[in-house]
Amino acid sequence: MSAPAGTQDEPRTDRIQAATALRRKDLLGIAELTTEEIALVLDTAEAMKEVGERPIKKVPALRGKTVVNLFFEPSTRTRTSFEIAEKRLSADTLNIAVGTSSVVKGETLADTALNLEAMRPDMIVLRHSSSGACHLLSRICRSAIINAGDGMHEHPTQALLDAFTIREHKKRLAGLKVAIVGDLQHSRVLRSNIHLLTKMGSDVWVCGPPTLIPADIGRFGVRATSAVDDAVTGADVIMLLRIQLERMEGAYFPSLREYFNVFGMTEARLRRAKPDVIIMHPGPMNRGVEIASEVADGPYSVILEQVANGVAVRMAVLYLLAGGTEHEAAA
Amino acid sequence: MKRLLKGGRVVDPAGGIDGVRDVLVEDDRIAAVGRDLPVAGARVVEIPAGLVVCPGFIDMHVHLREPGQEHKETVATGTAAAVAGGFTAVACMPNTSPVNDNANVTAYILSRAAEASLARVYPIGAVSRGSKGELLADIAELRQAGCVAITDDGRPVATALLLRRALEYAGMFGIPVIDHCEDPSLEGDAVAHEGYQAAALGLRGMPGAGEALGVERGILLSELTGSDFHVAHMSARASLRSVRRGKEAGVHVTCEVAPHHFTLTDEALASPVPYDTNTKMNPPLREAADRDAMLSGIADGSIDAIATDHAPHHYDEKNVEFDRAPFGIVGLETAVPLSLDRLVHAGLIGLPRLVELLSVNPARILRVPGGTLAPGAPADITILAPDRTVRIEAAALRSRSKNTPFDGWELRGGVAATIVGGRILYVNAAVEALKDMR
Repeated sequence: MSAPAGTQDEPRTDRIQAATALRRKDLLGIAELTTEEIALVLDTAEAMKEVGERPIKKVPALRGKTVVNLFFEPSTRTRTSFEIAEKRLSADTLNIAVGTSSVVKGETLADTALNLEAMRPDMIVLRHSSSGACHLLSRICRSAIINAGDGMHEHPTQALLDAFTIREHKKRLAGLKVAIVGDLQHSRVLRSNIHLLTKMGSDVWVCGPPTLIPADIGRFGVRATSAVDDAVTGADVIMLLRIQLERMEGAYFPSLREYFNVFGMTEARLRRAKPDVIIMHPGPMNRGVEIASEVADGPYSVILEQVANGVAVRMAVLYLLAGGTEHEAAA
Repeated sequence: MKRLLKGGRVVDPAGGIDGVRDVLVEDDRIAAVGRDLPVAGARVVEIPAGLVVCPGFIDMHVHLREPGQEHKETVATGTAAAVAGGFTAVACMPNTSPVNDNANVTAYILSRAAEASLARVYPIGAVSRGSKGELLADIAELRQAGCVAITDDGRPVATALLLRRALEYAGMFGIPVIDHCEDPSLEGDAVAHEGYQAAALGLRGMPGAGEALGVERGILLSELTGSDFHVAHMSARASLRSVRRGKEAGVHVTCEVAPHHFTLTDEALASPVPYDTNTKMNPPLREAADRDAMLSGIADGSIDAIATDHAPHHYDEKNVEFDRAPFGIVGLETAVPLSLDRLVHAGLIGLPRLVELLSVNPARILRVPGGTLAPGAPADITILAPDRTVRIEAAALRSRSKNTPFDGWELRGGVAATIVGGRILYVNAAVEALKDMR
């Protein structure tokens, strides 16, 4: 951790940190978080959301901190969300978008990390197409690493913003039936959400064609089914995952049309859910494939709220990982 | 010159010997094995109780990387690792650069081996030109130059037809076809065993069924052609089932298993170091049921050999994202400690069976000298210190590459000395009693 040591209020730092900091260097995934840490992020995000509603949307919490957004995969939503979060916390931010082509040309991820590290950033937000890329960076760097999506592994801030959004609507996570429908096999959003929701006591159902259900999914503590009506029946939350168009080529399913007919979320299917069900999607959406437009734009949809909450949740994560400097923020 | 290895437990299953004996070596050959052999005219090496004298171990699956990838390993560094690991001979795979698909490459490898003058080197030639899976390599020429088997290892023989032809053609020379068994269409660009760990880590998985399809293909074609088929680095329980059935049916099929596949499972991908690229190999570390099946196959005799699939890779090549890292780990210097600890001390097998797996059967499958201490056999001898505690240290390995997941492991059982053709090429400095042996 890069917190300044030996300040005059050292005696009380421990107590403050216990309550207001994530006692870890990095956020690599939800799998390693405790329920207390998850609750801490969600509670902190509430305060951060309030900052975003002020006329002057800025606090000095990360003043003097340098945050590098290192994106090896194209991303609009997540990168923008992180950048806004960093700016609202007064961090100095730097965006590096690396096309995969320049990686092919030569420099390894380890070398890129070492070069960045030499310039002493405080945090690196990494998006990468390889599962485990954040773990590699974490072993090399002193800076805090925040996983903004690594391959098919995890996308922890997405799961945290999803949980935050659910909690806003349902006031709880425990005991809710959450149905997640789509491409389970290739989804990092799924993995992070499964870890988070099962830890917090939700009843998680996952649903998709058998070709897109990962091996041994039962060991994650979820119910897996290919019967979408069973998954949706009585659900408090329905979360849809993006179907990538190239999956047809891997013969995972015959056509987008057939996928929509069997699994697409329509008004008719929605009727089996609880009357106050909310519909979520991490984006980007394929209208008419995993979700019908009337559902995406309908009264149950909280998809744009998710995007809005993403900023508050990422502010909370950045702030809590910076740790130890929170009393400056309160000033 | 005569040398008498006096005392020590001699384990020579080929000669039906398991007990305290003397071994008399004359020049590069075994002269006699017996009780209280006459000392006259021989230099005597007292073998203390607790050490075990065996026919030299033969690793029938290593990658020496030369020619072409000398930054990973050379014939000299690889054979130095071999003797330090207790192996008096190694068979090296043809996926060098250029591929060992012609007599020139074979001769080059053998000349490098002669210069190094350490472990014996038996080249294995390619099945197809460039291992491209199209035309057969010049197999007669390879055989004549010294190749003891053929394989397109690194990948499976491309088609069933090519494998059939290779089996038929190699049968003419009495050499086996070794196949890296998998069905590529089922495995795609997978990097791990398909199961819970791959799912949790978000890694593309290959199922055991992909390997078993390759094994089954080879067994059926071996039955069709009557030629010898050998399964390289078997890892899946379904493959073992196929091999057992094939053997029962009288098919000429043999198989080997690597120490990492009877030691580790895919849980090693997650812990202690998540995404450690030294846990990435092909075939992958599989789940506990597969690992346990390999152990049972070793115990009941259905597995013929232990072979390391020694696959050196440079640090830089492994210090990358998991899915970009090359497959494979070094194995020559960890195989004996892992085998003694996990198989013998675990109570699964006795030392005679271990010697079958590491010496007798590899010699039989490849039809090379060794695997026995019978008078007249080459004086290739491995001396074990089965009760010594060994600590694996990657940095101290003699191999040019240090890519092992076993760094820091403490294991019971090690190598005390390695003798090739009567020459003492390795003595473990920690074994006091053999200090003056050289």
